[in-house]
Amino acid sequence: MAIEVIEPGLATSIQDEGRPGYYNVGVPPSGALDLYSAAAANALVGNAPSAAVIESAYMGPKLRFTEPAVIAVTGADIPVLVNGQSAPRWESLDLNAGDELSFEILAGGARIYIAVAGGIDVPLVLGSRSLYALGAFGGFQGRALQTGDVLPVGAGSGRPGLSVPEALRPEFPKELDVRIVLGLYDYRLTDEGMSALVDRPWQLSPVADRIGFRYAGNALQWKEREQPFGAGSDPSNITDAGYPVGSIQVPGGIEPIILHRDAVSGGGYAQVGTVISADMDVVAQSAPGTLAHFVPVTLEEALEARAAAKARRAEMIAALS
Amino acid sequence: MSSRYSWGADEHLVVQITEDMRLESNFKAMAMASDLESQEVDGLTDICPANASLLVRFDPDRIAPAEVERIVREAEDRLEGGGPQVLETRIFELPVWYNDPYTNETGARFRDRHQTPDKTDLEFAALENNLPTVEAFIEAHSGSPWITSMVGFVAGLPFLFQMVPQERQLEVPKYVRPRTDTPKLTVGYGGCFTAIYSVRGAGGYQMFGITPVPIFDPAQSSADFEDSMFFFRPGDIVKFRPVDEAEYREIEREVEAGAYRVRQRPVTFDLNEYEKDPDAYNARLLEVLYGN
Repeated sequence: MAIEVIEPGLATSIQDEGRPGYYNVGVPPSGALDLYSAAAANALVGNAPSAAVIESAYMGPKLRFTEPAVIAVTGADIPVLVNGQSAPRWESLDLNAGDELSFEILAGGARIYIAVAGGIDVPLVLGSRSLYALGAFGGFQGRALQTGDVLPVGAGSGRPGLSVPEALRPEFPKELDVRIVLGLYDYRLTDEGMSALVDRPWQLSPVADRIGFRYAGNALQWKEREQPFGAGSDPSNITDAGYPVGSIQVPGGIEPIILHRDAVSGGGYAQVGTVISADMDVVAQSAPGTLAHFVPVTLEEALEARAAAKARRAEMIAALS
Repeated sequence: MSSRYSWGADEHLVVQITEDMRLESNFKAMAMASDLESQEVDGLTDICPANASLLVRFDPDRIAPAEVERIVREAEDRLEGGGPQVLETRIFELPVWYNDPYTNETGARFRDRHQTPDKTDLEFAALENNLPTVEAFIEAHSGSPWITSMVGFVAGLPFLFQMVPQERQLEVPKYVRPRTDTPKLTVGYGGCFTAIYSVRGAGGYQMFGITPVPIFDPAQSSADFEDSMFFFRPGDIVKFRPVDEAEYREIEREVEAGAYRVRQRPVTFDLNEYEKDPDAYNARLLEVLYGN
């Protein structure tokens, strides 16, 4: 069983739940940016949550299946075609040998997930099948997919006709809240700078990929100071430090960047807060132009949101078994 | 001197040891990381010492954040107790072809992004540090060893801090605007840190030379990568040795043949002994490296 890549789509890569444990040598967690949608795709086709799926941004690939397969498409709102005929999202589909999967124009959201029963069977690197593009390892041959690639698929047996209930599918609003825990180097901001961060919305720019999501809208003011030895000359500079995944850095005081799952692991820009784990999927599904309100919450509220997200995921998995 | 603890939302704890860079802060980050690693605490997924801070990534489904903070504060308290300040690490030599044509050519392509378009990166660095010549700068850069104060940004990229008193620290600002290209294995410099580019790519550090020795090898194709695809580890001590083109080519051939081995020795780094007389302590470290 294999999948032939006829057209690769955009930034299409193989991802699983990620690669923890190597951030101290600069290797980020990677894994699907929208973990919920990836988990749903796997559950629909009967895979374990750790199976590898295909992730694309904005434009889906065109794929041909060499043998009969059970697949599912989740994530962004984008019309799905099988042999040119409309097919449902968030449902397991039965494909025949030679069938072609393709996509129309994105209507909402940003990232598309395709799971196939058996999972994409690329080799494990440091315990994960996820592509880490900056390091050129993992995924399919350490790179994004290209026309002509042939993806190996593991053994699996899915069941067609399963469907994620409507209420358990994500929505893709054009304006949304992104909850953050303030801290890290936020004491470097003036009161006006803090107000600019949390009181006005930010618009996602087209510079939004697996490494980071760059926003535009306001300028942040930093407190004047004599820079410490080793910290660099700009007030937004710090002595190079580790970057939490989801942390918000603001180079030069303009254009905040939320680091995502292929984050650079450290550097010399002050971070003023961190997106809570429960909202990382929401960020991942933001399309350029989306307005985000950064809403400060406490650590306790972040943990409550995490528990709620976990319960929702369990409910979704239970609905499919 | 008290550290600042802060949450990176629900999966990270960051300990800012000092805002400025100094060897003792880095030492503390390394020692705390080493202490935490040795405890093998379930749920601490990544323990990442940085230049003057420590980042701990954890899974709150397996360990409560308050428990993470308690364990990390205890590790810090143990260090404050006045016990021995030692780090078990290794020292190794890295040959560098300074002032090489690869980085010079790349530098020439991006002069419009540099402070001094009419000078090379090395000429600029010498001037910034009141050194009379490029040769004098290279001597200062390669004369005393460096400690790997952090590994990161991208896979396997070391930040290095020179083991000399602060008045002898070299300082060079980064490019005015970052380049879109840097050769792989470039020895770069920004602020008070040397970095070695583990992969080709964008970068803003000044470029001083290139090493023929691979530092990141996903294929793990030689003996130096038997245990890991990353050569550098936080706390590694490094001595740069200037080489000419002939030796660079010779080492390059040995690397390609899989025959090159990095000269390295295990060593115990004692912060208190170092601080009593850095130059004498460094000389002893080099005896360990080059002695039989």
